[in-house]
Amino acid sequence: MKNLMKSSRYIVVVGCGRLGSHLANCLSRDGNSVVIIDRVERTFNDLSPDFSGFRINGDATHMAVLKEAKLKNADVLIATTHEDNVNLMVAQVAQKIFHVPHVLARVFDPKREEVYAQLGIDTICPTSVAADMFLQAVANGGKRKNGAAS
Amino acid sequence: MKVIIVGSGKTLFFLCRNFTARGYKVVIINRDKDECVQLSRQLSAMVVCGDGSDTGILKQAGAMGADAILAITPNDQDNLVVCQLASLTFGVPRAIALANDPDNTEIFEKLGVSAFSTTHIVGSLIEQRASLEQILNLLPVGEGRVNVTEIVLEADSPVAGKLLKDIDLPENALIAVVIRDNQPMVPRGGNDLQSGDRVVLITLPENHGPVLKALTGERK
Repeated sequence: MKNLMKSSRYIVVVGCGRLGSHLANCLSRDGNSVVIIDRVERTFNDLSPDFSGFRINGDATHMAVLKEAKLKNADVLIATTHEDNVNLMVAQVAQKIFHVPHVLARVFDPKREEVYAQLGIDTICPTSVAADMFLQAVANGGKRKNGAAS
Repeated sequence: MKVIIVGSGKTLFFLCRNFTARGYKVVIINRDKDECVQLSRQLSAMVVCGDGSDTGILKQAGAMGADAILAITPNDQDNLVVCQLASLTFGVPRAIALANDPDNTEIFEKLGVSAFSTTHIVGSLIEQRASLEQILNLLPVGEGRVNVTEIVLEADSPVAGKLLKDIDLPENALIAVVIRDNQPMVPRGGNDLQSGDRVVLITLPENHGPVLKALTGERK
């Protein structure tokens, strides 16, 4: 219980796709207060039954939606939609206007990632991460530690 | 002058036609292949087909030597990123984004991108025309967040003959100056308004219409 209290943070997740819903489920299970935002209401079906956070159906590029999510009280914002530009805009608004202390954005395009790193936005690029892992696997002579692809 | 325009539709078409007529060198970036073919047939502009928020496409469009970039797509997030990439990566001196959502105008400015909202512009134009005869002057100040308006009160004005303190004005509005017989004065609650007075008003864009209505009466 002590651990739970200690790690409890207010986390806003934007995008309830495969990544977003997975993150929201994990973070909620770990005892954080989670708010998840998605434009499409049906995506909330991917949340696990024990997800105890809030769901907001709306477009995160609209200020009203971010205000509804009480973004100014958030400790962390994670932008995971499938559109790079949405993630970058939401991340910047969260950092510069709502002053969220920790902001993370998924960005698929590695070139865009570089530019926003300069602006102080923390980004994670699945393309670069996957490429690194593939290259490592190739360097190891094709031996994989886990998983198998055909 | 070399201008890059990212967008689609009629706004893009007519804007580009205007610019080329003035002798500007225009490059269009558009995602739709069919529209690109049409545009390149109808306009004397270079057309690049692709995503304007891709640095590769911006480079192809010659962003390196461009004097200005204009992002007018229907998606605010794309307009923001296009402008940021153009100015940060390619050093384009002027990057201007359309804010489809008027609330985003302020946000874009805070994030370092010049922005404009057609909703604001068209809205205030319509308001100016709506009660045109009585408005002598309209001056937006404070980046358009405050309007200074000069109107003349006619005999049928609902406030003619009333004391200032008895006039019910919407919040955040002020009757700043009354000019009567060429004598300007800053009125207080005990002063009255008369027909023929020229009145200088301070309003905000959101209460501009209601304030005008209160002073000039309902107009057909």
